[in-house]
Amino acid sequence: MTDAHRAIDAVWRLESAKLIAALARITRDVGLAEDLAQDALVAALEQWPESGIPDKPGAWLMATAKRRAIDHFRRNRLIERKHEQIAHDLDERQDATPDLDSSIDDHVGDDLLRLIFTACHPRLSMEARVALTLRLLGGLTTDEIARAFLSTEATVAQRIVRAKRTLAEDRVPFEVPRGDEFRARLEAVLQVIYLVFNEGYSATSGEDWIRPSLCEEAMRLGRILAGLIPDEAEVHGLVALMELQASRLRARVSSSGAPVLLLDQDRSRWDQLLIRRGLDALARAESLDERRGLYTLQASIAACHARARTAGDTDWRAIAAVYDRLAELTPSPVVELNRGVAHAMAFGPSAGLEIVDALRNEASLEGYHLLPSVRGDLLAKVGRREEACAELERAVSMTRNARERELLLERLEVLSRGPRVGDGNGH
Amino acid sequence: MRFMLIVKANKDSEAGKLPSAELLKEMGRFNEELIKAGVMLAGEGLHPSSKGARVFFSGKKRTVVDGPFAETKELIAGFWLIQAKSLDEAIEWVKRVPNPTGEEGQIEIRQVQSEEDFGPELIAAAPEVFEAERKFRERDEAAAKERQRSATKKR
Repeated sequence: MTDAHRAIDAVWRLESAKLIAALARITRDVGLAEDLAQDALVAALEQWPESGIPDKPGAWLMATAKRRAIDHFRRNRLIERKHEQIAHDLDERQDATPDLDSSIDDHVGDDLLRLIFTACHPRLSMEARVALTLRLLGGLTTDEIARAFLSTEATVAQRIVRAKRTLAEDRVPFEVPRGDEFRARLEAVLQVIYLVFNEGYSATSGEDWIRPSLCEEAMRLGRILAGLIPDEAEVHGLVALMELQASRLRARVSSSGAPVLLLDQDRSRWDQLLIRRGLDALARAESLDERRGLYTLQASIAACHARARTAGDTDWRAIAAVYDRLAELTPSPVVELNRGVAHAMAFGPSAGLEIVDALRNEASLEGYHLLPSVRGDLLAKVGRREEACAELERAVSMTRNARERELLLERLEVLSRGPRVGDGNGH
Repeated sequence: MRFMLIVKANKDSEAGKLPSAELLKEMGRFNEELIKAGVMLAGEGLHPSSKGARVFFSGKKRTVVDGPFAETKELIAGFWLIQAKSLDEAIEWVKRVPNPTGEEGQIEIRQVQSEEDFGPELIAAAPEVFEAERKFRERDEAAAKERQRSATKKR
């Protein structure tokens, strides 16, 4: 890639979301808006290497895209009225403000928010929401999304095309929902962002254990959202959760590339800047709403770890109490499993085992390697070695992640070799 | 990736002159842009070097020299720490830093090192950096051996 092309790429990343959002407001069609924005990008790629990058590249792209929009509607006489509306809109803006940049900026927050809510619309499949969000808001290429999610470019491209078609066919309005619907839809948005983060944080398959750029992208989206709707406690809760978890990213892998579990991590390698940012965001979330939401509660668990200077300093009773609240708010087998671990740490392995044992026949956890992995550890700690080995073996057969499997095999080897159990080495 | 955007000093910043209201306003707007884009991690302005000091190292000797320092253009007046996907993206941000007075200035962009940047060779060459982890591994191995030994005895 030439210098000019790399520079255009950078401009695109900074401008594309705003551009698509503004165009979607005007055309009321997210798919068309993206096509127009892409057209403008192609024009930039053709012209800028010759002419140099304009002083206000965002305004240039916007003006070009709007011209394409007018051309497009002129070609499609059927939607004549819409065309007039756009032409009018464009004229009005140019007349009113010679500086097109600031006229875009006036709307940019509202437009971006609408774009986020539309990309995460419940009419779309989860995969489609994620792909569309990364593409429209993150400015990621189809190829980048495919690599991040271990998919092919063709699959992702098709997924995006289909998603855009669904939005158009179902006439999904380009708006931020109000009232009760807002709450539910906001939850869907947060879910998408957190899914992107988790995909980066712990790959579900393959050798690639950490993909920090995906985490960074999710954190960026979360911070953008927090800026757009600063009064929503849970948005700050999610940002706090992501920043706190990401603060441990570099301590999660040893120099040899093997995963290191939370309690075994060298805490001097935790990222203090992200911890501080995470604790700040958590404080904001907690000050906005006394009823702690899902993400805020999870963030306060992460904060308990972040505040402990050594693993031994961890306030497990506080963590167990938060898990109790989490289990009340959103009872789920996975939460229960984690609650079991927290109670084991706070009140001893038997207390934990009691909670975890109740999950053994839980159909939704079938094939979930962490259940036998955790149960194996707890069984080992209370001295039931044979059962523990059987559970760890089950966990090995279930995990799809190569490095996680290695870690489990190591634990299994140590356990099956030694007659002494309950030495507290495995967590 | 993280980048540090280092704002170099000039005569005014070294003289401790407060920035104009216009510059403050535009800088506020720029900072707001960074925050809205979700890329701002930290950012601070620095007092002039007359309020600072330097510590020179030579073997075990430490020599303290109080500010101000002469080479104004090489001094630092402030910084941002941003998250960006590439150097080009960081450059694009820096191009947008306002300069309403039209004065000459300089902002240096440097990528922040992360542990991924240290290859295995470097880790092997500087083992003390990873002391804690090595100790931890040794302890683990010792515990495993201990278990093995007692297992053999038992048999």
